Amino acid sequence: MSTPPHITKTTYFKVFAALMALLVITVIATFIPWGSRIGIVIAMTIAIVKATLVVLYFMHIKGSSGLTKVFVVAGLAWLAILMGITLADYHTRPWLSGNPPMTIGPQER
Amino acid sequence: MTSISYNPALEPRDSYINIAYTVKSWLLTKDHKRIGILYLIAITGFFFIGGVFATIIRLDLMTPQGDLVSDDTYNKLFTLHGVVMVFFFLIPSIPATIGNFVLPMMLGARDLAFPRLNLLSWYIFMVGGTLSLIAAVTGGVDTGWTFYTPYSSVFSNTRVVLTAVGVFVTGFSSILTGLNFIITIHTMRAPGLTWRRLPLFIWAHYAASIIMLLGTPVVAVTILMVAAERIFKLGVFNPALGGDPVLFQHLFWFYSHPAVYIMILPAMGVINEIVTCFSRKNIFGYTFIAASSLAIAFISFLVWGHHMFVSTQSVYGGMIFSFLSFLVAVPSAIKVFNWTATLYKGSISFHTPMLYVFGFIGLFTLGGLTGLFLAALGLDVHVHDTYFIVAHFHYIMVGGVVMAYMGAIHFWWPKITGRMYTEWIARLAAVMIFLGFNLTFFPQFIVGYLGMPRRYHAYPPEFQVLNVMSTAGASILAVGYVIPLIYLTWSLWHGKIAGPNPWKATGLEWQTPSPPPTENFYETPVVTGPPYQYHLEEVPFGPSK
Amino acid sequence: MDQASRGSNRDLSRLEASQILAHQFDDLAQQKEASNLGTWAFLATELMFFGGALTAFVVYRTFYADAFAQASREHMSIPLGTINTAVLLCSSLTVAMGVHYASHGQQRKLIFMLLATIGLALAFLCIKATEYYIEYSHQLVPGLNFHYPPHHHAHPERLTASPPHVELFFCFYFFLTGLHALHMIVGVGIFSFITWKAWRGKYSEQYYNPVECSGLYWHFVDLVWIFLFPLLYLLH
Repeated sequence: MSTPPHITKTTYFKVFAALMALLVITVIATFIPWGSRIGIVIAMTIAIVKATLVVLYFMHIKGSSGLTKVFVVAGLAWLAILMGITLADYHTRPWLSGNPPMTIGPQER
Repeated sequence: MTSISYNPALEPRDSYINIAYTVKSWLLTKDHKRIGILYLIAITGFFFIGGVFATIIRLDLMTPQGDLVSDDTYNKLFTLHGVVMVFFFLIPSIPATIGNFVLPMMLGARDLAFPRLNLLSWYIFMVGGTLSLIAAVTGGVDTGWTFYTPYSSVFSNTRVVLTAVGVFVTGFSSILTGLNFIITIHTMRAPGLTWRRLPLFIWAHYAASIIMLLGTPVVAVTILMVAAERIFKLGVFNPALGGDPVLFQHLFWFYSHPAVYIMILPAMGVINEIVTCFSRKNIFGYTFIAASSLAIAFISFLVWGHHMFVSTQSVYGGMIFSFLSFLVAVPSAIKVFNWTATLYKGSISFHTPMLYVFGFIGLFTLGGLTGLFLAALGLDVHVHDTYFIVAHFHYIMVGGVVMAYMGAIHFWWPKITGRMYTEWIARLAAVMIFLGFNLTFFPQFIVGYLGMPRRYHAYPPEFQVLNVMSTAGASILAVGYVIPLIYLTWSLWHGKIAGPNPWKATGLEWQTPSPPPTENFYETPVVTGPPYQYHLEEVPFGPSK
Repeated sequence: MDQASRGSNRDLSRLEASQILAHQFDDLAQQKEASNLGTWAFLATELMFFGGALTAFVVYRTFYADAFAQASREHMSIPLGTINTAVLLCSSLTVAMGVHYASHGQQRKLIFMLLATIGLALAFLCIKATEYYIEYSHQLVPGLNFHYPPHHHAHPERLTASPPHVELFFCFYFFLTGLHALHMIVGVGIFSFITWKAWRGKYSEQYYNPVECSGLYWHFVDLVWIFLFPLLYLLH
């Protein structure tokens, strides 16, 4: 258990270079007019890739014990529950039909 | 038990209690047993503070006009009763006291994995509790323990921020306790103590710790947002400024529904230990009980929307949440069936802890079944925010958690203090608590079903008979809770010496002197078989050679 | 847990082991496993802590997409945000290198990496403070001086969104980046402590879990920013 990281210095530099490259790509992508949906997908995909690189290599999840991986997955799963179900509620309210839930607030009345 | 006669040699000289007597040795201790005692003292105090609020509420509700206190005071009373009981008694109750004391011993460990963190969590708890008590005496708070926005963030002119900060701070003590338990269970089990040999108390605490770890931070950040909204006059949850109050309810109940299971899971863990010991039988369906604990911990995070059936939640969301809420009853029922099966053909003895267990099983079942009423979409609209739900969650929290807590205190008291309490008076108190509890809360099911809303200071006169019954029950209940305080304290000096294992129980914690030495065991125990081997002549535990 | 490895501290003399091994553990492997797992459990908690606020942000982001996009487009500085992201990624590299050197017992290089990390963290905080100052001078701080549309803006005709919805964006902007900055400040404190300990020669090839665990914490803070940066600066 908790073996010393087998990841070499070279790997760290490679990962770092990849992270910086992804940073540049995501910033450039912002200035290309894709339409907002595709823009969001691209930006979030790049963020997820960056995060995965950090978790796998900098945080040594690659090569760590199965239990540690379970901890990571559990954290992500619970976050998915929180976000998923909350958003599911907002997007299945037929009377909203895409409008914000607060449009019948006092200022509009 | 009476079979063990007085023998001074049975009381160890180097127990965790008499190793040092100074105040400093207690306040700076890293011993999980002493920290458990510190928690025990603290939450006993909070329990009686919360109880005083409850007493005034019940007295006020004796008359339909509410003659005793003003409307505003009444609002503050039920809020403070809820805040103190939920955050400062029920959530830490069994894990932080009994769990802290017993869990490392059950694992055959010398201490928790992070003793300093454990002490820190007690201090955090005390800071949070003190802040909330300061809020209580310097103006109180009247939002209800749920802090619903925008009332809490915009309109209430009571000490919302201070109370919220108290709850926020206390959340971290709960997180640290859960973290400590999980890591200890993973890394510090005695040789031979595999997962399938763990006492079910440990499984239950493991499941509860998952909820503490993954649920508590969400309510913490939510409370922080409410406080920020209130201090800086923001609109995060304020519909007048574009915010959505229902979002607060989502985030709040994401934790606060699973929080019910933080309370009840350790209680269920206690029941496993006691029910096997006093029916001298192996537990029925070990694997199912262990798995149902984990199932409860997981499913509990999928049901929070049943608090929001009438809060303009999506209809589809409501239906899914309703279905999932029914689902969470399955693992709970599995446990009840298995306890009943364990009792079947057991040689049952009616010692005090066992009386509390019987109370728990019956009252928890009633509370659980009425929970199904509330999970049903249509019926919930009728009984939502009535005394029906007040009765329901008191059956779970008082009838369930407090019963199990009292059972646990009585079961492990000889281990904690090395002394026995007076059995007949303890049984009397247990019976009084059971009767007083039912007289207090059963009428509330009826009055709620008839339509009396909760959190109201006054009510129509036709509800008075049921309310007077409830108040009468509450006074019996109150006496029932004070009696143990007296005889347990008395037993510290005058109780019979208990010896290491007065109940002839199988857990590792009984294989060491009472009170245990600081390092828990003189030799690291080796486990050679599953727990609860009551049917065998000799239990499969023993000091390693 | 490896039962066989218990009770053997192969590389250490008994005296050394007793100094760094807490009494509740049997051996260093167990201690290291516990502290490592404990850190991960804590990070799961932290994930849910930020997750609650992020969920709220995402809900409003989907409903007030136009207002949030406008706020991000017109008032967030992409150059400063990008520089800060780069600074933070650099600090993650220095931390990773620090842990690497710690595991090889290279004290001087470890200390150098820790100091570099602290320096980068302070640089990040300075840039963040500059951004806060700019936003303050543009009257964009809810609760202090929020006024919308602000008096000084190059293209006032572009500011068409409802002011309360833009204010909501800034509530979350300050809340999320503020929490993140708080975690950075705590991180600086932790690394200062670790540096001091390293200076006094407390860490060795056998015992460096404090370095490793604080490194994990730092990477997590970096991770949070990896998501905050696109969410707050880039989604137009």
